[in-house]
Amino acid sequence: MKVTKDDLETVAVLSRLEIPAAQQDTYLQQMDSILTYMDNLSSVDTTDVKPTTYALPMQNVFREDEVRPSLDREAALSNAPLKDDNYFKVPKVLED
Amino acid sequence: MALFDKPAHVLHDMLVKKEISSQELTADVLGRLDEVEGDVQAYITVTREQAETQAKAADAKLASGEGVSFLTGIPGAIKDNICTKGVKTTCASKIIDNFVPPYDATVMTKVNAETPVLLGKTNLDEFAMGGSTENSAFHPTHNPWALDHVPGGSSGGSAAAVAAGSAIWALGSDTGGSIRQPASFCGIVGLKPTYGRVSRYGLVAYASSLDQIGPLTRDVTDAAHILNIIAGRDEMDSTSSAAAVPDFTQALRADVKGLKIGLPKEYFTKGMDPEVEQAVKTAIKQYESLGAEVVEISLPHTEYAISTYYIIAPAEAATNLERYDGVSYGERIDGDDLVQMMTNTRTQLFGEEVKRRIMIGNYALSAGYYDAYYLKALKVRTLVQQDYLDAFKKVDVIMAPTAPTPAYKIGAMIDDPLQMYLQDVCTVPLNLAGLPGISIPCGRSAQGLPIGLQIIGQPLDEATILRAAYTYEQTQDYHKQMPELGGNN
Repeated sequence: MKVTKDDLETVAVLSRLEIPAAQQDTYLQQMDSILTYMDNLSSVDTTDVKPTTYALPMQNVFREDEVRPSLDREAALSNAPLKDDNYFKVPKVLED
Repeated sequence: MALFDKPAHVLHDMLVKKEISSQELTADVLGRLDEVEGDVQAYITVTREQAETQAKAADAKLASGEGVSFLTGIPGAIKDNICTKGVKTTCASKIIDNFVPPYDATVMTKVNAETPVLLGKTNLDEFAMGGSTENSAFHPTHNPWALDHVPGGSSGGSAAAVAAGSAIWALGSDTGGSIRQPASFCGIVGLKPTYGRVSRYGLVAYASSLDQIGPLTRDVTDAAHILNIIAGRDEMDSTSSAAAVPDFTQALRADVKGLKIGLPKEYFTKGMDPEVEQAVKTAIKQYESLGAEVVEISLPHTEYAISTYYIIAPAEAATNLERYDGVSYGERIDGDDLVQMMTNTRTQLFGEEVKRRIMIGNYALSAGYYDAYYLKALKVRTLVQQDYLDAFKKVDVIMAPTAPTPAYKIGAMIDDPLQMYLQDVCTVPLNLAGLPGISIPCGRSAQGLPIGLQIIGQPLDEATILRAAYTYEQTQDYHKQMPELGGNN
């Protein structure tokens, strides 16, 4: 297996996901078959090949740094699961 | 007289000549929707009242004759990952099933300037991840040509609505084939523009370097008109192209004399359905008889495109989907502390395919695997793109099937994600290279399922693929056929 249970747990934490014990084998098996298939990339010679992150040649895109209207606070907060006055509200982060 | 079965350009002419009103047209399409939606289930949200109000406003405009545009008064549908101000935009996910965008996507601002009639938001694979629309958290969509078959995906709702007549036109998004493949499965026209041709502002991001919005339509003429409306540089999307936008309707002329068509041998290999191969080759012969020149070409890195795509797209998705954490929008599942709240929200509200891609993406990006997977994929992406650029030194367009098979049965591949990924072999390379592609109907299987021909163009050269598509369309009538539907509500 390419993916171990430890890998699965590490990646789940990074992803903020919990993989229930009953599903771990399915996950391992599916990820393993996908990643094994992707091993075909290792046979490609990429010496001196530059990586492509965007298909179109694009340099830095600039605009004037000026104040302009944006979404007002009420609209920005309109979809918040929980809010308090002008803030998004979340469970307590710091201990008392 | 039925109106729902006509393309937008025909209806536009009828509206302008006052042979029909937008209210009559809208009532006809809504009537069709009522008749077929129980079977097809193309929509997540139907905005009936909004549609009726917009039809009335369009009629006032048509009566005055001022400010009438191509889509004025013509009912269409929008994929539910494109933000529509004041209308719920769910991405077919439980995690934002209550999200009402406080702003419009740029494409919506442009479309709304035409005073169209908007019928609602269409179904998709959750966050556009999938090729069958079975990954919707709400319900699958059914192929109008065979209800126990998938419509393709991820823009399956948009494709099925246009094919069924419950919308005249639709917008979708294409990250690895999500406009072209459902267009192929549903027997309609689907156009993925060049990366950057259309602003992505307000398109809910799946894989930002691959995503592109485009039209799903009855015919090529409608696709050209809608591309005219939505194309162009947008300050709100720094990756949108500053290239001049031509009038794409100028490309609508039947002429392929001397056009050089490349047939990539790697696209006609094992796993291809014989009926698909036959239909595509017959279409190519048709092009030859119309004066085009056909050349065999090679795109040697095609066999690595699936691996490359299914590393890059999940890596970008894992990053883009970090924002669904129960804090600023969408649903929240409570937890003892912040991290537990986020973990509960994501674990309980993301669907299986979305979780799988987030896991694969974070695996490929994580320490120890980054070079072997993500960086390697970015390098192979360069080679995939180079293959095309080399080929376009010899040919004007490239033709291939859109999908290796016609639509398959609902449930056939749902337990085998790798098998599902391999279906995308003909479509993902274009997204990696940023090229435009169009799928047009070119045949039927013995079972009566539509088959699509894919025409691939050079960057920013949508005009040539539209011309090639239009020329072929004049020689057949697949685009005029409608599936038999209705009466099962």
